[in-house]
Amino acid sequence: MIAFIVRRLVQAALVMLAVAFVSFAMFNFIGDPVANIVGQDTPADQIVELRKALGVDDPMPVRFGRFVVNAMQGKFGLSYRTTEPVGRMIADRLPATLELSLVAAIFALAAGIPMGVFAGLYPNSWLSRMMMTVSLIGISLPTFLIGILLIYIFAVILGILPSFGRGETIKFGFWSTGLLTVSGLKAIILPAITLGLFQLTLIMRLVRSEMMEVLRTDYIKFARARGLSNRAVHFGHALKNTLVPVITITGLQLGAIIAFAIITETVFSWPGVGLLFLQSVVYADIPVMSTYLVMIGFVFVVINLIVDMLYFVVDPRLRTQGRTSGGK
Amino acid sequence: MTSPKLLEVKNLRVEFPTRRGTLVAVDDVSLEIAAGEVLGVVGESGAGKSMTGTAIIGLLEPPGRIASGEIRLEGRRIDNLPYHEMRKIRGRQIGAIFQDPLTSLNPLYKVGDQLVETILTHLPMTHAQARDRAVKLLEDVGIPSAAERINSYPHQFSGGMRQRVVIALALAAEPKLIVADEPTTALDVSIQAQIIQLLKKLCREHGTAVMLVTHDMGVIAETADRVAVMYAGRIAEIGPVQEVIKRPHHPYTMGLMGAIPTMGHKTERLTQIDGSMPRLNAIPRGCAFNPRCPKVFDRCRVERPDLMPAGQSHASCWLVAKEPAHV
Ligand SMILES: Nc1ncnc2c1ncn2[C@@H]1O[C@H](COP(=O)(O)OP(=O)(O)OP(=O)(O)O)[C@@H](O)[C@H]1O
Ligand code: SF4
Ligand SMILES: [Mg+2]
Repeated sequence: MIAFIVRRLVQAALVMLAVAFVSFAMFNFIGDPVANIVGQDTPADQIVELRKALGVDDPMPVRFGRFVVNAMQGKFGLSYRTTEPVGRMIADRLPATLELSLVAAIFALAAGIPMGVFAGLYPNSWLSRMMMTVSLIGISLPTFLIGILLIYIFAVILGILPSFGRGETIKFGFWSTGLLTVSGLKAIILPAITLGLFQLTLIMRLVRSEMMEVLRTDYIKFARARGLSNRAVHFGHALKNTLVPVITITGLQLGAIIAFAIITETVFSWPGVGLLFLQSVVYADIPVMSTYLVMIGFVFVVINLIVDMLYFVVDPRLRTQGRTSGGK
Repeated sequence: MTSPKLLEVKNLRVEFPTRRGTLVAVDDVSLEIAAGEVLGVVGESGAGKSMTGTAIIGLLEPPGRIASGEIRLEGRRIDNLPYHEMRKIRGRQIGAIFQDPLTSLNPLYKVGDQLVETILTHLPMTHAQARDRAVKLLEDVGIPSAAERINSYPHQFSGGMRQRVVIALALAAEPKLIVADEPTTALDVSIQAQIIQLLKKLCREHGTAVMLVTHDMGVIAETADRVAVMYAGRIAEIGPVQEVIKRPHHPYTMGLMGAIPTMGHKTERLTQIDGSMPRLNAIPRGCAFNPRCPKVFDRCRVERPDLMPAGQSHASCWLVAKEPAHV
């Protein structure tokens, strides 16, 4: 198990290095960083000095090494647009995105798993058929359309939920949370639903098909033959066996949620990193864009690691090396 | 047989409605099992052995259904019970063992937990008592250092050991009858005999009756008190094991007995007779065996024989008919 974790950590480090290189390449090969800093009338010798100070003319591996070391300390340079340190800008907005993504994921899981279980247990009931049909619509509608639709219904017509912003936030050190104020909670409902709807339908369909698959297995038949109650068979034996694929997909989807938050944040003017990224694209703010890339890569890698660890918790076959007693 | 009837199956018919008509997987099967008795069930693949067993434990999967007939346990009808009533009988009164021990156990739970769960479902015990009982059961089925192994997961046992665990699970609540559907087919030949011996010994000790489905006539000869031979969803012949083996009355049984292998050796499937069993949607008129029967005569092609007394057995063959033909 330790060996497995070490192997995974090494893999994760390699992936991060690759992501960092892409980000570094964006930084270095798209546009000239010095040209972005200096003005039209900067004297030539000053430019040369600046080039030296910034180390732009050092050999590439040296520059990349410096980039990685800086990145690990959270130093990503200054934004072209606001001249603020990029690390700080992202850190300021990260809580908003993470909270939104987390609430969206919890919503998707809390609704998707029970719905999937139901649809798997009673595939022929009208409710299951309805859920399957509606989920098809959920999958095919683009996120921004769902967002706008929700805004139209709940903010414009009914006027009960806000259509933009994060509401009031409370600061705990570097973390600002909107989950502890009434206006913050109200503000997160629509964006979270918008962001989580796609994953909800995905999880529901996955749980349903896994559930139907597991219910056909011999050990479920044997569990019934032992006289266990329906509840024990369905939720104790069947559901647990569907968890491994559900964890995988949910983990990957959590990464996707954070990445796709760009659209939702834009629709709801949610002050998160996604919105920041979009603004940076408009201004060709390379440092912010490349930092965002590194961050998303990091999130995916961390989630993948957690997913791998969870397998061990759920599936005992991975925990122990196939130690078998002599059966002869 | 003077002992009271434990299980009575009367005119059981199991159907599968399909788009192209209804398939009859079990047709007019009647059999009885007395308390403590071992009934062997043999027949070619697709003869309806598993379907009969599955119907008895009430686990036919839709669209399969019992179309007619009845199943009684100690005189009480159990084929029409609602799910929650029937589940109190499953495991408690009728246990089951399936073919493949590798897939019968839930891979995610310790074997001890699966045992305790079964015991607590049926018996009024505390968790600690159930655990003690689980260890005892594992010892009984011959798992070494059972007190430790109770904390192992199924994948940590070999196939033979897993089937022992499955037997422990089937016996956990002391059922009166065990339906064992080819309990050793999936196992290594060298351990098949051991498992059968174990099952036989435990059931004798506990007075448990067994419906033992198998392809192995050797196992039947050594284990069963009576034997039912099935063909195309029906019982071809049923009777005391020695009678059926030494004096078979049905031509199909005669074919089967042509080569009884000694127990423990891998046997080829029971198809020493030329031809193959008809598919469910193409069962011939008259006796279902008539296209393959060496003794076929006119009546066989028109009229279907029911079970008739033949010596100490019963056989569904016109050769043993006492009354004259209707045609
Ligand atoms: N879901 C189903 N739909 C239609 N027919 C089925 C279905 N399940 C089983 N059958 C048919 O029912 C018949 C009896 O099957 P059964 O499993 O009882 O045979 P068996 O005697 O146990 O054979 P085997 O030795 O291969 O286990 C077979 O002809 C099979 O094709
Ligand atoms: S009834 Fe006729 S065809 Fe059928 S087994 Fe007897 S002799 Fe053969
Ligand atoms: Mg079978």
